[in-house]
Amino acid sequence: MTEIGQATADTTLHGSSAAIVALRDVNKWYGDFHALRDVNLAVGRGEKVVICGPSGSGKSTMIRCINRLEEHQQGDIIVDGVELVPDFRRIEEVRRQVGMVFQNFNLFPHLTVMENLTLGPILVQEARQDEAEAAAMGLLKRVKIPEQAWKYPGQLSGGQQQRVAIARALMLKPKIMLFDEPTSALDPEMINEVLDVMVELAEEGMTMICVTHEMGFARKVADLVVFMDDGEVVEAAPPERFFSAPENERTKLFLSQILH
Amino acid sequence: MSASISFATPKSTPRRPPPALEAGVLLWLRRNLFSSAYNTVLTVLALWALFVTIPDFIVWAFIEAVWWTDDPQACRDASGACWAVVVEKHRVMLFGTFPYEEHWRGVIAIALIVGMAIASAFKRLWSYWLFVAWLGVTAAVLVLLLGGVFGLTPTGTHQWGGLPLTLLMFVGTVVGGMPLAVFLALGRRSRLPAIKAMCVGFIEIVRGVPLITVLFMASLMFPLFMPEGVTINKFLRAQIGMILFFAAYAAEIVRGGLQAIPRGQYEAADAIGLSYWQKTNRIILPQALRIVLPALMNDIIRAFKNTTFVSIIGLFDVLGATATALEDPLWVLFALEAYTFIFVLYFVFCFSMSKYSEHVERDLSKGRNL
Ligand SMILES: Nc1ncnc2c1ncn2[C@@H]1O[C@H](COP(=O)(O)OP(=O)(O)OP(=O)(O)O)[C@@H](O)[C@H]1O
Ligand SMILES: [Mg+2]
Repeated sequence: MTEIGQATADTTLHGSSAAIVALRDVNKWYGDFHALRDVNLAVGRGEKVVICGPSGSGKSTMIRCINRLEEHQQGDIIVDGVELVPDFRRIEEVRRQVGMVFQNFNLFPHLTVMENLTLGPILVQEARQDEAEAAAMGLLKRVKIPEQAWKYPGQLSGGQQQRVAIARALMLKPKIMLFDEPTSALDPEMINEVLDVMVELAEEGMTMICVTHEMGFARKVADLVVFMDDGEVVEAAPPERFFSAPENERTKLFLSQILH
Repeated sequence: MSASISFATPKSTPRRPPPALEAGVLLWLRRNLFSSAYNTVLTVLALWALFVTIPDFIVWAFIEAVWWTDDPQACRDASGACWAVVVEKHRVMLFGTFPYEEHWRGVIAIALIVGMAIASAFKRLWSYWLFVAWLGVTAAVLVLLLGGVFGLTPTGTHQWGGLPLTLLMFVGTVVGGMPLAVFLALGRRSRLPAIKAMCVGFIEIVRGVPLITVLFMASLMFPLFMPEGVTINKFLRAQIGMILFFAAYAAEIVRGGLQAIPRGQYEAADAIGLSYWQKTNRIILPQALRIVLPALMNDIIRAFKNTTFVSIIGLFDVLGATATALEDPLWVLFALEAYTFIFVLYFVFCFSMSKYSEHVERDLSKGRNL
């Protein structure tokens, strides 16, 4: 298996047209604080990249730059052939190609599960209501909670809410899925039901960029594991090598802390 | 370890009511009215005050009252209240200077507005359509009151008066003021400095002056800004003043609601590619308005009471119309009774709105989905 997923300072690798997401020397500041420092990352179509690193290392910031919930100040970000230059006007179009799942689910509490799912297609793709509802039902079956369709998010468990959130992100048939710590707000017994859905999604060939500390998940599906610290990509390697033979001292320290 | 002293005795007993004194009337009295010496003194004083006033009031308002006469002399001879003034003058009080034989139009207008208000109380009907329905009812009421079409005699705004005027002014204030309030609140949070400054300026200036000043400005200043020959009538000027005043206060309340929406809601809406207006209309506003509904109801009730101010700039709302009715020298002595009637009228409207708002607030605090 040849992998395109790369995270390296070597910019020559990024010309590859097979990469669906590419970050080249990306820099981002919050005020004076340098949150991303020359970040380079390429993700091949259909590949899975897991990002880990200590709290405050810039993982969320990086992933949020990809669908422009945050704006970067320097460097290039290319998503499915579209370059996110400053002052980019048609960001909604890019966002329709990129689904996102948040740590806190962020479902719309005033809408039913069904409405949460159909809102996007109806508003942004002008889908017909019955078609959107049929598609939503299909996805709810895939995440194994079709019977919750007419409830409100507040009536669901955390694991169920997160599965609804995944289904909602899939409604627009995105090419890329971003996950920002999708299981870290969940009680332990609910983590697996969400990870199972994610593994299935991975097996179906979805391109995934996933911030998570679930190392079992990384071992199972990741093509590339990226370790970030202090706004920098410190190490990037396929899971076998990343876990068995990390090179950087900071990676070793981090792994020793989370793997016990 | 082996010789434990703990034990429990299994026993089966049928259910029975609590002992009388514990939950009964006496306990309630003791707890609430006579719990301490201080409380007892207050209770006794209050009872004494009621004892002195209530019997006299009942005699005046009911026993000795004159309910039904067209002869003011009969009222003067009686020692009780003269409710006959309300019966005699109710048409003027309720419809002001509106032509007598057209009062039926006013009755329909009142019925439309009250009916619509009652319908709005049902949460099941809450949607943007409800707002559209209000626009429709407002248009229908305008047609009824203006006439000139469908064979209705034209009746200009200078002939309007009484309860239809009060209600229309109130509905116009809320229906016109709410969207403006929402725009001001959104504008105040805008990233564009010019828009933000305009909204802040407007809100702070209007909130910084009394309503009566806004009304005088509206009625005296607007004509100055208008080109020669263009006049806006007095009702419309007052209506605009009321709308601006209501919107400035409501905007601050709506802004509070917007601030209460977590950032994740904005981000989730962004992430599925909604545009600014889609996000605002479908995700943010519905949640923000639900949160601030009780506070908004407060402002809406205040807007209802504020309609009485328009009588100062010469419009005959219920209060102004009542004052006109009492210009009749035969009945002028019975202003107290006439104003008591107006008092009850306002109380009924405001109290129902306030009870309703309490009910909504209870639902909200239970975390129910409205
Ligand atoms: N909106 C913001 N304004 C200012 N500083 C921010 C903002 N968002 C993040 N930061 C800072 O940027 C750094 C990176 O934050 P980020 O949320 O990307 O970290 P993270 O790796 O996702 O951490 P965690 O594991 O805690 O989620 C942190 O030091 C954080 O304090
Ligand atoms: Mg984070």
